[in-house]
Amino acid sequence: MHYLMGVRIDESELPYPDAEMEETFARVGAVNDEMKAAGVWVFGGGLRPSDSATVVRVDQGSTTVTDGPFAETKEQLGGFYVIEVDDLDQALAWAEKCAEACRVPIEVRPFEGIA
Amino acid sequence: MDLTDVYRAEYGRCVATLTRLLGDLGLAEEAVQDAFATAVDTWGDEPPRNPGAWIVTTARNRAIDRLRRESTREARHAQSLLLHQPDDEEVGPVRDDQLRLIFTCCHPALSPLAQTALTLRLLGGLEVPEIARAYLVPEATISQRIVRAKKKIRDAGIPYRVPEAPELPARLASVLAVLYLVFNEGYTATSGELVRTDLSREAIRLARALAELMPDEPEVTGLLALLLLVEARRPARVGPSGELVVLAEQDRSLWDQELIAEGHELVRRCLRRDQPGPYQLQAAINAVHTDGPATDWTQVLALYDQLIEHQPTPVVALNRAVAVAEVHGPALALAVVDELDLPHYHLLPATRADLLARLDRTTEAAAAYDEAIALATNDTERAFLEGRRARLET
Repeated sequence: MHYLMGVRIDESELPYPDAEMEETFARVGAVNDEMKAAGVWVFGGGLRPSDSATVVRVDQGSTTVTDGPFAETKEQLGGFYVIEVDDLDQALAWAEKCAEACRVPIEVRPFEGIA
Repeated sequence: MDLTDVYRAEYGRCVATLTRLLGDLGLAEEAVQDAFATAVDTWGDEPPRNPGAWIVTTARNRAIDRLRRESTREARHAQSLLLHQPDDEEVGPVRDDQLRLIFTCCHPALSPLAQTALTLRLLGGLEVPEIARAYLVPEATISQRIVRAKKKIRDAGIPYRVPEAPELPARLASVLAVLYLVFNEGYTATSGELVRTDLSREAIRLARALAELMPDEPEVTGLLALLLLVEARRPARVGPSGELVVLAEQDRSLWDQELIAEGHELVRRCLRRDQPGPYQLQAAINAVHTDGPATDWTQVLALYDQLIEHQPTPVVALNRAVAVAEVHGPALALAVVDELDLPHYHLLPATRADLLARLDRTTEAAAAYDEAIALATNDTERAFLEGRRARLET
């Protein structure tokens, strides 16, 4: 099964101090390598803050482009992983490692389908 | 044995086995329900000698038929699982089936209420209204939780297996809570007659299996000891005409000495390990109740003082108040009880009524009994409370 592991960050705490970011990158990099070695890695990456987001809407043939994320909330998606494992327990075990490395909560969601 | 008895006795086992065979809980339940529907049409007055095996075999065949008609990916997957299972031994009940299912039902990715509701429904074969009463919540809440939980098990890929060693302890707390609730449902059935022995036996059976699987978990040993020591008093708990007999008035010669000996041995094992927890403490309390010719209430109160530190809930506080009454008198106990907030719980006004009666505050006692009678859902307990209330007036 494919799972999305969404990294939930509190953007009011941004920017993180450089030294802290470096440590986090090192820890996350190690877990990423572990996932790749275990053959569960599909895709993943960190996102720019949500103020870099743009929303596109198409309604009755007319397109509107607006600035900003869907919802202006403190909690935003800071990055995500897509992994392929056998079941939720395996996904939760990886999520635990990622949450430990990122030091923020991870939301685990199964994919309905994969194109 | 009629079909209702077979349903109650075999439903959980059959769903557990079919879940292993089909790899899907929802499909398993549908197949078992199909098989029971077939049983209604075909058994007549003569059920087969081994009704559980009949249900499992029929459910399996029904599932194969159903899956052959469907062509989704899941259906093909389930069908290939089914067709590759060797027939005889695998179709029979396997010891671990129910254990696997209980760990699935009690997965932390499900809400606590959903966990228990699902276990009671799937393993205990309880109906939704019974579960709702056990939880003091509306029926719609329970059925919604069950539907949602089953959907999440399927969609989120919650596995059907006993957790591996490192995850096992973390998964345990909710499993223990669920087994205890199933036992209690059997011990104080929420409707009709007081005692539903099969559920309590089922809980003990599962607790034994769990204790075998996890011999180094003191709380598992504690839960098993607790269940055995409560179960041991069952024969004395109901009098000749079906009436409730309280602990102090029970004929101790009716108690099951074998269960008591086993329970005491388990409690001693817990004491030697010295890692107390809520179930071990409750087991110890029941060991005191079943030791010698009368309860040593000072010891019981000391154990409740420990228990309330581990489990500071109003129900524990209420039970502790009963011990307070025995050691320090009803006035002090009443002061404790009056502080408690336990809406809809009939044992709160029942305990108040008893304490008020002992203080000769008859009018208030009668009012408290009325409140308890209105809240009690079990006929035997209601009759007991009515008897107590009648005694006030003589």
